Amino acid sequence: MSRAAGHGTAFHAKALGRPGISLYTFQVMRNTPISEAPGGPEPSSFSGERLTCVRGERVVFTGLSFHVDPGEALVLLGPNGSGKSSLLRVMALLLKPFAGRLDWSGRPVADDPEDHGARTRYVGHQDAIKPVLSLRENVAFQARISGADLSRVDEALETFALGRLAGVPGRMLSAGQKRRANLARLVAAPAPLWLLDEPTTALDRASIGVLEALLARHREQGGLVVVSTHQDIHLPGARVLHLDAFAPRKPGAA
Amino acid sequence: MGLFLSVLGRDLRLALRQSSDSLIVVGFFVVTVVLFPFGVGPEVSVLERISAGVLWVTALLASMLSLDRIFQQDYEDGSLDLLTRAPAPLTGIVLAKILAHWLTTALPLVVAAPVLAVLLQMSPEGFSALVAALLLGTPTLSLIGAVGAALVLGARRGGVLVSLLILPLYVPVLIFGVSAVDGAASGFAVASQFQIMGAILLVSLVVCPLAAAMALRQALE
Repeated sequence: MSRAAGHGTAFHAKALGRPGISLYTFQVMRNTPISEAPGGPEPSSFSGERLTCVRGERVVFTGLSFHVDPGEALVLLGPNGSGKSSLLRVMALLLKPFAGRLDWSGRPVADDPEDHGARTRYVGHQDAIKPVLSLRENVAFQARISGADLSRVDEALETFALGRLAGVPGRMLSAGQKRRANLARLVAAPAPLWLLDEPTTALDRASIGVLEALLARHREQGGLVVVSTHQDIHLPGARVLHLDAFAPRKPGAA
Repeated sequence: MGLFLSVLGRDLRLALRQSSDSLIVVGFFVVTVVLFPFGVGPEVSVLERISAGVLWVTALLASMLSLDRIFQQDYEDGSLDLLTRAPAPLTGIVLAKILAHWLTTALPLVVAAPVLAVLLQMSPEGFSALVAALLLGTPTLSLIGAVGAALVLGARRGGVLVSLLILPLYVPVLIFGVSAVDGAASGFAVASQFQIMGAILLVSLVVCPLAAAMALRQALE
């Protein structure tokens, strides 16, 4: 990893260092064909090479490589403990991989973690909803801390049918409502790469439909999605990554 | 800078809506200081002699009482994932959280201290030095405390652990803080104590947010 960080691409990564520019890149991507434009910049793709993740003393997965192109979705499948959440946290740079590297458009993301933070939205198991702040304040802060302004907060609330609950404090919200508020960040703070860790947990059928529509729109606009899920979520044409295949071989295991 | 202010604003708003947390810290400070005249007797010379030390030690303990507020809730509800991934240096965000913590827990102590000093028979010449020393010393306490609070995230019995970790680091502030107040109360020049406390604050201001940010990233691993 440290050797990858020493690559000569730091200059480019710095030049893209501000969140506003990442968003701009996202806008441009809408009209960029997925195939490489000759001479132009490569379309933004997200890939990982020979990633190994170690939790405690245990190797969770090893030798894992993946590639996501603009407009594509990658679905992570595997039983509990196979490392879906760990992989997503590695992708979000919340967890350092033991070995391997992550690239955004061929440049190592470790060169500029802040830039990677601006271009990715990570939705984990916890909803980060403060009990004493109103739902709108929660979503607004999440948008701000993700580097966006507040212009899309109301649109985000409406998307997930939360407008009526905007003034309700976080402690009064149900698990599903908190999850919807957390997902609203995807609308409130647009970014090209979405990392969703079991986003459908606690959601009702209608909200899953909203999320599916949102995912489809995001991909139409050239966005990238990596999602781990146990439940059925409709993602036409998504690539599937089975994490069992990268589990370390254990003696005596079937 | 925008993110710094949003984090500061959010933490202040959280503290205001959970104001009982801040009140408990001040309450602890007041009640503990009030215990001393009962413990050592009402003799004026004894109380006057120990007043600066009592106020400082109690202020240290009170500010430690609230350290888990800085990061613990954000760690538990997942906000820390968002904060560490924000498109801004984590040290700046940490500094905003420390400033919010200082404003909501240490500043009330500074306000309460002169009132308690009267109770402890401190000579009035020491009052302004007491307030100034606390204003200069308590930010250092919050800064050092934040490092401890970040280090013990996820640990069992983190509250006890953090006191073992950081109380020794509070000693320089305690020594010069008490010395400044005692000196001023006895009519000596105390500029040098203030200069040293200022120097400690400046060093902490640079080192502690960096260390706390590194500890936070470690805690999320």
